[in-house]
Amino acid sequence: MNLKVEKKAVSAAKPCAVKMAIRDATKYYHTRSGAVHALDSVSLDVRESEFLCILGPSGCGKTTLLWSMAGLHPLSSGEIRLGDEVITKPNPEIAMIFQDANLLPWRNLAKNIELPFELKRQPPDRKMINKLLDRVSLTGFENKFPRELSGGMQQRASIVRSLAVSPSVLLMDEPFGALDAFTRDEMNLLIQEIWMETRKTIAFVTHSISEAIFLADRVAVMSARPGRIAEIYDIDIPRPRPVEIQTQPDFIKRVLQIKSRIEHGKGPATGLAIT
Amino acid sequence: MDKALGDKIPEFNKKPQAGGVGITSASLGLGEHRTKFEILVIILVAVVIVGGTEASLIVFNVPQYVFPKPSQIIVALFTEWVYIWPHLLITLYELLVGFAIGGSIGFVLAAVITQFPFVEKVVTPYILLLVTTPMLALVPLLILRFGFGSEPRIIAVALASGPMVMINSATGFRRVDLAKIALARSFGASTIQIFTKIRIPMAMPMIIVGLMVGSIFGLLTTIGAEMVGGAEGLGNRLTYYSALIRMPQFFAIILILAILGISIYVIFFWLGKRWASWEA
Ligand SMILES: Nc1ncnc2c1ncn2[C@@H]1O[C@H](COP(=O)(O)OP(=O)(O)O)[C@@H](O)[C@H]1O
Ligand SMILES: [Mg+2]
Repeated sequence: MNLKVEKKAVSAAKPCAVKMAIRDATKYYHTRSGAVHALDSVSLDVRESEFLCILGPSGCGKTTLLWSMAGLHPLSSGEIRLGDEVITKPNPEIAMIFQDANLLPWRNLAKNIELPFELKRQPPDRKMINKLLDRVSLTGFENKFPRELSGGMQQRASIVRSLAVSPSVLLMDEPFGALDAFTRDEMNLLIQEIWMETRKTIAFVTHSISEAIFLADRVAVMSARPGRIAEIYDIDIPRPRPVEIQTQPDFIKRVLQIKSRIEHGKGPATGLAIT
Repeated sequence: MDKALGDKIPEFNKKPQAGGVGITSASLGLGEHRTKFEILVIILVAVVIVGGTEASLIVFNVPQYVFPKPSQIIVALFTEWVYIWPHLLITLYELLVGFAIGGSIGFVLAAVITQFPFVEKVVTPYILLLVTTPMLALVPLLILRFGFGSEPRIIAVALASGPMVMINSATGFRRVDLAKIALARSFGASTIQIFTKIRIPMAMPMIIVGLMVGSIFGLLTTIGAEMVGGAEGLGNRLTYYSALIRMPQFFAIILILAILGISIYVIFFWLGKRWASWEA
């Protein structure tokens, strides 16, 4: 019942309702050796229920942008809004998924997943947690410690940890960057399925062109130092997208198109991986 | 070790162990799994040593005042127990109170000071001075000021154990992992929650090391301080029995001290296993 209402609202709002608005986001880091210009007047809309990939070479400011969106650090100028609310501190609607799974090594999987509830002083939503654990095939591993789990399992646990508190926006910072290619494919499929089931708004940071195209509705390409949005590509490939799609001519054409545009002029010349 | 490789693939993806940091079961020696056979051999060695000592003392006819037989020590322990245990209680009292005061001050100082790098840089040399100076040296002075009761010894114990706890805990608190703190903050954690849920657990292995070393230092200082002055405590009994050349009783006290030391070790080993094993 509840689900239906939500879906209706989403589809009604679908044409370009803006979930998060980034306006002229500029950020300097002040270090001993001077100021580092990390973001240069980045403007970007994250639309309601879209899967947005932010693509750029390392060091271009992707993490900086995501942390600002999460309210983890302030901008030097400009603003980021969630609906009407200006983001100045972490917001319960927004959950962050970190580069490596970032589980706490002294807690077992169950305790790790309960952490957000503990911090919010709420009783853990057992039904939700069990459903999610089952969804990512982690049922039965609740008593394992992070060191006993593979990289993929750890990242799946961290996805459960973030989804369990029902955020509407997921910010993902190269979540699968440290995984091997096979696990990475699996995780990409999983996150695609989860997105199709939940229609969360996802901003997904990656430095892999094909990962970005595989996952995204739109790919925002960032240029390096200082980071700014160079170009935005619409990816209209129908879902569900199978892993094999990445070897098809149309897909490869898109990869090469983005790569060549990046190489010709405005964008970053190096550092982007095709795979 | 090598034979264990036969049927096990070594874990290459495991991070190298942080050398010397934290309580690992290996560094404590208690953690390795022992087979029944190995335990049997350990007991057998003890029996051989004790029995051998007993036998050779008899064979070579060593007088009791030079070295008492193990059997005499055990007998003395039981017959003198009524006279000894009040002193044991006093020693425990001084150790526990002194350690509780020193340890908690050391812990709180470490937690606070590591938040302020400048203060930490200024304070650390003085803490180091306290760590390296034997606090026993202060006992005669403290006795002049506080008399022959427990107070000077408690103060000495606090001064000996506190800096140990402080310096090790500070090492633990300094190992900040910004990603973990950001994680907690992203879920709306308050400063206090970050402290209790992230910083303390992360520092826990080093805190436990500090508590263990601190309490062993505390035991040394308690006994030493009791030997310096006053008429109570196990340290005092050592001087008392040796002055009277009552060697079986003297060694009975040594035996109690050994058991005390081992107990401290075992307590912190289990605490480490419970709260710090994630790092091993
Ligand atoms: N805390 C910091 N202090 C100083 N400079 C930083 C800090 N964090 C990131 N930077 C710099 O800002 C730039 C962008 O970093 P980051 O956002 O991490 O890039 P990305 O995630 O795209 O690899 C880099 O040049 C990096 O060196
Ligand atoms: Mg990054």
